[in-house]
Amino acid sequence: MTTPSPVLSVRGLGVRFRMRGGRHIAAVTDATFDLAVGECLALVGESGCGKSVLASALLGLLPGNAQTTGSAVLGGGPPVDLLAADERTLARTVRGRRIGLVPQSPAAHLTPVRTVRSQLVEVLRELTGERGPAPGKAAEAAAERAAYPADHLDRYPHELSGGLAQRAATALALIGDAPLLLADEPTTGLDRELVDRTADELRRHTDDGRALLMITHDLAAAERIADRVAVMYAGRIVELSPARDFFGGEGPRHPYARGLLDALPERGFTPIPGMPPELGDLPDGCAFAARCPRATDLCATPPALAPGPGPAVACHHAEERVDA
Amino acid sequence: MLELLDITAGYGRGAPVVRGATLTVAPGESVGLLGPSGCGKSTLARVAALLHRPQAGTVTLDGERVTGWRHRAPRARRTSIGVVFQQPRLSADPRLRLSDLIAEPLRAGGRRDEVADRVGELAHTVGLTDDLLGRRPHEVSDGQLQRACLARALVLRPRWLVCDEMTAMLDASTTAALVTVVEEYRGAQGAGLLAVGHDRVLLERWCDRTVRWPEIAVAV
Repeated sequence: MTTPSPVLSVRGLGVRFRMRGGRHIAAVTDATFDLAVGECLALVGESGCGKSVLASALLGLLPGNAQTTGSAVLGGGPPVDLLAADERTLARTVRGRRIGLVPQSPAAHLTPVRTVRSQLVEVLRELTGERGPAPGKAAEAAAERAAYPADHLDRYPHELSGGLAQRAATALALIGDAPLLLADEPTTGLDRELVDRTADELRRHTDDGRALLMITHDLAAAERIADRVAVMYAGRIVELSPARDFFGGEGPRHPYARGLLDALPERGFTPIPGMPPELGDLPDGCAFAARCPRATDLCATPPALAPGPGPAVACHHAEERVDA
Repeated sequence: MLELLDITAGYGRGAPVVRGATLTVAPGESVGLLGPSGCGKSTLARVAALLHRPQAGTVTLDGERVTGWRHRAPRARRTSIGVVFQQPRLSADPRLRLSDLIAEPLRAGGRRDEVADRVGELAHTVGLTDDLLGRRPHEVSDGQLQRACLARALVLRPRWLVCDEMTAMLDASTTAALVTVVEEYRGAQGAGLLAVGHDRVLLERWCDRTVRWPEIAVAV
């Protein structure tokens, strides 16, 4: 699963927002992971844990008051550090060309007053510079790749079902043949059947030689297609495990990840007590300690995540067995 | 009883989205209504919550036939039903602090003296801290806002609850937490529940019984 040059290599990525009165919000802290061709990494966690900020950082779409640290090197071509690159580089060579974004709520992402065909053609023209009939043909090919039916190309977004709107948005993301796909909550609000279909299609595009970073709170979708799972809590990746170990076998090793999985209706259906801490007021030690059944004095020092080929977990008590 | 009999409802003339749907919820009972997206189940939930007037069919609430919907429904009847919608962002006034959001139904009904007690009690129930209560919707996460929306639905102690995809936007832990709040409320007050959703595993775990969409409608 490890290749010499990953498509995306993130090292110590941090995002802080500067607020009024000199306060800071640490939305992402010290995120480190690699992503290889043909691999799907699911980034899971509660809403407000910093998942989407991480995605915005990778696309260079953070607001002006954000400060970033670390690096995020995009491979699969001339290496670009996404955090250091200027807007011109990102706009002209990265977005749409080397990173395709599959957005949350596609119905809101599509331009409501234009047909799907005209939006595909516009993106193609913008990416290739071609004029005339060529983009039209390529648009039909792009629609086909995303399993979008050709006889629906001349429809407007409001005439599409949720599933078709999702495919139209995916077609737009795939159009530049980007080696890295970034899917931000691609299945939110869809029904189970559509979730499965959307996830399977994303998996297919990954198997076609892309890398997929799927940001989601939908554990079922993650279980369906992910090779590895990264669990984020209060801005930190607290566990990075092969999906097989995470969902089956030994199960998650971080107490938070364990609690999250145990909250599923097909499992314990019991919530994790309490709520996540405010990102502007994080404790010095482990951010989960206040909600954690295994917390001890040791948790006043922050646990480190040591990434490797197997499961990595940022917890002082990960090795302890719970007999509950 | 909350009875929907042979309901036909839709938007505009022709092509109703619900045809001939029949559904009953007994007091204290929880019923899960399952169906794929776009099948009309939310429209039926709106009819049950007295928010959408059906084109045909009858709704009977606590033994009385419903004749007025929305503002035409008598206050006592309207307030006997609490509703939680799918998207908290679209169902919360962006100008209100969460504490005012929860208190709004009390103020609208002229029961200001209960505000302090009720809001404090409910904030504790749904797990909102004082800090969060002072914030406006754009300053909190979807999960936190949905907690406030559930508190708002419970503030008038309704005898009926309609939850339309209440947890579709939420993570597993928040989902389990909000369902627990609803069930504890029902256990204490004996309220009936109509939970609409597409997640079979969730509704079967949550509700006394579930009905699938085609079973309640003659033709869709």
